Amino acid sequence: MPGQRVFLHSRTLPVRMVAPSLKLQDLIEEIRGAKTQAQEREVIQKECAHIRASFRDGDPVHRHRQLAKLLYVHMLGYPAHFGQMECLKLIASSRFTDKRVGYLGAMLLLDERHDAHLLITNSIKNDLSQGIQPVQGLALCTLSTMGSAEMCRDLAPEVEKLLLQPSPYLRKKAILTAVHMIRKVPELSSVFLPPCVHLLHERHHGILLGTITLITELCERSPAALKHFRKVVPQLVQILRTLVTTGYSTEHSISGVSDPFLQVQILRLLRILGRNHEESSETMNDLLAQVATNTDTSRNAGNAVLFETVLTIMDIHSAAGLRVLAVNILGRFLLNSDRNIRYVALTSLLRLVQSDHSAVQRHRPTVVDCLQETDASLSRRALELSLALVNSSNVRAMMQELQAFLESCPPDLRADCASGILLAAERFAPTKRWHIDTILHVLTTAGTHVRDDAVANLTQLIGGAQELHAYSVRRLYNALAEDISQQPLVQVAAWCIGEYGDLLLEGNCEEIEPLQVDEEEVLALLEKVLQSHMSLPATRGYALTALMKLSTRLQGDNNRIRQVVSIYRSCLDVELQQRAVEYDTLFQKYDHMRAAILEKMPLVERDGPQADEEAKQSKEAAQLSEAAPAPTESQASQLLDLLDLLDRASGDAQHPPPLDPSPGGALVYLLDLPCAPPPPAPIPDLKVFEREGVQLNLSFIRPPENPALLLITITATNSSEGDVTNFICQAAVPKSLQLQLQAPSGNTVPARGGLPITQLFRILNPNKAPLRLKLRLTYNHFHQSVQEIFEVNNLPVESWQ
Amino acid sequence: MGGIRFILIQNRWYMQFDDDEKQKLIEEVHAVVTVRDAKHTNFVEFRNFKIIYRRYAGLYFCICVDVNDNNLAYLEAIHNFVEVLNEYFHNVCELDLVFNFYKVYTVVDEMFLAGEIRETSQTKVLKQLLMLQSLE
Repeated sequence: MPGQRVFLHSRTLPVRMVAPSLKLQDLIEEIRGAKTQAQEREVIQKECAHIRASFRDGDPVHRHRQLAKLLYVHMLGYPAHFGQMECLKLIASSRFTDKRVGYLGAMLLLDERHDAHLLITNSIKNDLSQGIQPVQGLALCTLSTMGSAEMCRDLAPEVEKLLLQPSPYLRKKAILTAVHMIRKVPELSSVFLPPCVHLLHERHHGILLGTITLITELCERSPAALKHFRKVVPQLVQILRTLVTTGYSTEHSISGVSDPFLQVQILRLLRILGRNHEESSETMNDLLAQVATNTDTSRNAGNAVLFETVLTIMDIHSAAGLRVLAVNILGRFLLNSDRNIRYVALTSLLRLVQSDHSAVQRHRPTVVDCLQETDASLSRRALELSLALVNSSNVRAMMQELQAFLESCPPDLRADCASGILLAAERFAPTKRWHIDTILHVLTTAGTHVRDDAVANLTQLIGGAQELHAYSVRRLYNALAEDISQQPLVQVAAWCIGEYGDLLLEGNCEEIEPLQVDEEEVLALLEKVLQSHMSLPATRGYALTALMKLSTRLQGDNNRIRQVVSIYRSCLDVELQQRAVEYDTLFQKYDHMRAAILEKMPLVERDGPQADEEAKQSKEAAQLSEAAPAPTESQASQLLDLLDLLDRASGDAQHPPPLDPSPGGALVYLLDLPCAPPPPAPIPDLKVFEREGVQLNLSFIRPPENPALLLITITATNSSEGDVTNFICQAAVPKSLQLQLQAPSGNTVPARGGLPITQLFRILNPNKAPLRLKLRLTYNHFHQSVQEIFEVNNLPVESWQ
Repeated sequence: MGGIRFILIQNRWYMQFDDDEKQKLIEEVHAVVTVRDAKHTNFVEFRNFKIIYRRYAGLYFCICVDVNDNNLAYLEAIHNFVEVLNEYFHNVCELDLVFNFYKVYTVVDEMFLAGEIRETSQTKVLKQLLMLQSLE
């Protein structure tokens, strides 16, 4: 009716307009229903706000549900630290549902880096002692997951009590909690060690498992404990034997193997106890043999036990026959169709290949088959193992397999395979020719993956095998003609063609089909290398020098070569430009010396397994040579100057030599001494140069086992205020001596006593000719470039007599 | 120190990690493990540990252990665990695990503790789980 008023009760109740809180399931559904990351975040943020409000209002009834939701959200990666205090409240509640979620929350949210975690110590203590098993279980679980060192110290007595309780459910947990406590507080070992021996008598598998784990942990931490527990070895052996033969219970059987986890754990403990201990090892020998032969290998569970057995056998003092048995088991594993088993076999064999080489050798064919595995972790191990198995009797066969593998292997294994092959070839090559062939093959197949010293090694190898020069140069020429992209190959080929170009053109070589090459083709090929954009600067250097050398090896006129050299005088690459200019000068001003300069390389002493043999060869070759530097092209042109200086009557030298050397190199004794053998006393150092704070010292060593060898170390120091940079030292000695310069330690000497540069000279002086040494120094100092050339005076006579 | 470092599907951590470290680890493990297929072994080297994993339908179960631990044994442990889950949830599927995540934690805690294997008998574990359930 109009005009009638309706009165509402206006007493406004403080009603909170909060939506009823979601159940966990609903929240999960809502989150999973979100279509995008942003939507999910929105849902979660909204819910978290509710949860936070609920925590603030302190609703005890639904607290556990709120926390559960928060934990779910935390699992997804969202922050949940505001729930930490709620965990405490829930743990302190008397309801199991509350405690359950509270403890879970503690395990997930509290960790020892937050002080809050200590607050639950008291609750745990109470819960541990109040005798309700599920609650005690929760407390133990939490303690062993996030218990900090202080908590462990506080609660150790409670846990100890629980170890001896009748209920197996709790004892299992207590034992493993003890393991955690010892890890956190090693001193607690003394608390938990005594009960162990008693616990070993239990028949309950869970307790046994825990006990063995505890003993293992104790032994790993303290040698005293290790000694103490050796006396239980017989007991352990008995337990394991019973497991294997009769089996305690079928409920622990997995795929027909009785409690493989317990077996594995016992085997691990036996390993620790038997290691380095004859007596214990002996006690276990029979048992290990028994387990090794009786375990069913058709399923993974059995193989797991077998694997652990093998590991134990190999680690203790076992009888030789047992070790062979173990290796054979691994060999059988290699044939297993299960990839995982092949993996553990390969890993273990790799560890054993040094110590039990002949036993592992027996399985070589199977290992080689594993190279074909599709899983990279397997093929990599197979490769490592195969390389370790190469020896002098199987090298040819193995190399064939490995080279075939190299052609098809995945890219990330190529480098390792290539260097492995080269290393093995170096150690076991049956003939030089085989060696050269092998390296050649590696360079053609995987040239870009080889290490830098492969080039140097191959050139030295070829250089040292005079009978194979013709063969090598031909093969390299063919390889180069086919493909100029593989840089190491190109470099070696270029070097070879330069050195032995004359042999290439002769056309006759019994070992490969006759090759008809004419000079123009050879020059064209080298020019192609020079011009190719694929060639590295170093490669082009090789090619240019090779062309230069050919100017003395080939019959035809040198116009083509001169032209190329001339073009490169204006090359943008400074290194190449410098060479070209020097070579050009060689043509123009020093043509009379060209042939001598570009003579074939002498052989150089080389460090390596075949060094002795080659040293002999090189000594013979050395008679024919002039003073030769290390076989790098860059020294050839710089040596030019020094030879010049040494030959002429040294008008340019700063310190004129005390006596006039005749051009024929007649020997003059510098000092008048009787020819007594040098005393074994060390030769004094010699300061040879000083300028503005830059000083050069020589120190001498004559190794007693090689009287013809003299090692000189030059040391450049700098006490001035300015750095010395681009320091280069070169040396020359009389013709009858042989000099080799090794790479310097650097080319900068910082000011004010900074790290000096050192460089080693090796001088061979088989005829005990008097030593003369001319040095040329170039460096930058105080923004000026300095060049010093001088002959060293006062060389101690002990350095050459 | 041997043993399990962490178990992933439900993240149970037995070693101390920061929250962001945990996230990062989870992502890394996920990246490493999901690109592998049946042609690979079930073991992956990861940082200075190794991961033993097994795939069941759409879920990966990963255990991270020391390099010296027995791979095959832990593989067996994963399977043992999954079989228990299967029994407990009656033919478990992914949704079961999601909606009952706290129960899954309970199963984990019954079978593993302090980074070691605790109970290996499926029968025993199931009995204990049912007992706990009755207290809810």
